[in-house]
Amino acid sequence: MGRVWKYGDDVNTDVIIPARYLFTTDPAELAAHCMEDLDPSFAANVRPGDVIVAGRNFGCGSSREHAPVAIRAAGVACVIAASFARIFYRNAINVGLPILECPEAVAALENGEEVEVDVAAGTIRRVATGETFQAAPFPPFMQEILRCGGLVEYARRKLAAAAAGGTGGTEGAR
Amino acid sequence: MAAQRPMTITEKILAAHAGVPWVEPGQLVEVRVDFLMANDITAPLAIRAFREMGATRVFDPERVAIVLSHFAPSKDIRSADQCKVAREFAREQGLVHYYEMGEGIEHALLPDRGLVLPGELVLGADSHTCTYGAVGCFSTGVGSTDLAYAMATGETWLKVPETLKFVYYNRLQPWVTGKDLILYTIGRISCDGATYKAMEFTGEALADLSMDGRLAMANMAIEAGGKNGIFNPDQRTLDYVAQRAQRPFSPVWSDPDAEYAEVYEFDAAQIEPQVALPWSPDNVRPLSQVERVPIDQVFIGSCTNGRLDDLRTAARILRGRRVHPEVRAIVIPASRDIYLQALKEGLIEIFMAAGCVVSASTCGPCLGGHMGVLGKGERCVSTSNRNFVGRMGHPESESYLANPAVAAASAVAGRLCHPEELGIRYEEVAGVA
Repeated sequence: MGRVWKYGDDVNTDVIIPARYLFTTDPAELAAHCMEDLDPSFAANVRPGDVIVAGRNFGCGSSREHAPVAIRAAGVACVIAASFARIFYRNAINVGLPILECPEAVAALENGEEVEVDVAAGTIRRVATGETFQAAPFPPFMQEILRCGGLVEYARRKLAAAAAGGTGGTEGAR
Repeated sequence: MAAQRPMTITEKILAAHAGVPWVEPGQLVEVRVDFLMANDITAPLAIRAFREMGATRVFDPERVAIVLSHFAPSKDIRSADQCKVAREFAREQGLVHYYEMGEGIEHALLPDRGLVLPGELVLGADSHTCTYGAVGCFSTGVGSTDLAYAMATGETWLKVPETLKFVYYNRLQPWVTGKDLILYTIGRISCDGATYKAMEFTGEALADLSMDGRLAMANMAIEAGGKNGIFNPDQRTLDYVAQRAQRPFSPVWSDPDAEYAEVYEFDAAQIEPQVALPWSPDNVRPLSQVERVPIDQVFIGSCTNGRLDDLRTAARILRGRRVHPEVRAIVIPASRDIYLQALKEGLIEIFMAAGCVVSASTCGPCLGGHMGVLGKGERCVSTSNRNFVGRMGHPESESYLANPAVAAASAVAGRLCHPEELGIRYEEVAGVA
């Protein structure tokens, strides 16, 4: 269970983690500045298990993976948005930050209220009323990456299989 | 197997790299990559992921570039350490295309050096990797972990995007550049108008556009959410790459009967210079309808508009004029080669005489990194690609995106300004671009 931090459309990677902090790749340090230019109160007050709820095009802008890393390291359990920018979507999956696309939940949920999220099932439950929302399921290929816990582990297995089996590496990825 | 379907250029490139006769939108394909790129911000994360994956060697040291351009020359100890991580990896792996600080901004350097070519598939750990679509390749920005996977395997997976076709018919008006066409387009479709989709640029107006103008257009496809931005190669493209290509390549073109998710037709003759107001690249107005706000800084440079055409245009405006006493003007050629050519042509002297600061190639000011960070409440006219909150510095600073002629005129006027407001006729600067 976590509290909702609600934001609008087009939350971009520059406000999620400003470039002035990109001299580091340390997740904890990035988390300390997460959302700083949009909501200076966020980093100090976010609690593990909280969720970010936002409008359309969440994560637009830069390819900086520091953005989903910062959100994840800040303790955010899930980002629920009406839609995600493409690169952010991929990056979130790759670094193991759960995300759900669910415009209905975004329209309904209010800042500060409590929600329960089942990422695997794609369900979002509004604690106060018991109302539930169903997010679109991930494409099967992405589910496979998620099952591995992200792209690093997925790749590790594939490379290990390739090393053991000689030429079978590519097949393992399908 | 079903009959081959007509395909867009994007679909053809993905099919060829997936080793299949055809693909269709929505399909997931595993594709081989022709070239990869990371910079000093994204490479350290990619290198860490690469090692965590258990990889030891990049798939091909001739096809992985690392370019130091964001915080380079290093602005502080920590960014120096980031550059060091990238530099040491490049040496360890024997990367042929490692580019030190000042060599250039990645998206100017790679096309100019013939490292990204028609018909190829290119990934870069930088969102503006879509720039290379100007030469007719599929190129898209990815995160560091995606790049690490491709560095290790020479492959990635992609969803075949639907394609949006943008047709610019008629002829360009004076002062209107590729930058204005793409700003206009983003303003029309909004900053998520092309999310998960390919943007294909066509039309007679683009035939007039130089490669530099096309690179500026493709560069900003990401500001509409586009997966890639792409031009079908024409003679100008083939002439450009013929002098540069470092590998054999096979150009492809969209079939005449290819399917598009949507076709937008714009009359180029109706488009005037455009400005994106704070705080989004889709907050676009024609310059004639924008308040002439006073400004503190002008930045002419970046992977969008730091190319030779851009510098020539700016120099024609600034020649014999002075930057307004209350304005700082920064000019950054996008690569060493561009800088050298600008020196030969006398452009750098014009900028210096006008009172500009001219720097070695860096992305610094564009992302509020260094060399031109804005203070609280300050306002900048920039030829770069983004004007998000805090993009160029303080979260209460403001950036206005415009073409180099407008930026240069604004530097002289001390406010947003059309060159004609300074009494400059287009004929005086025409023929340079």
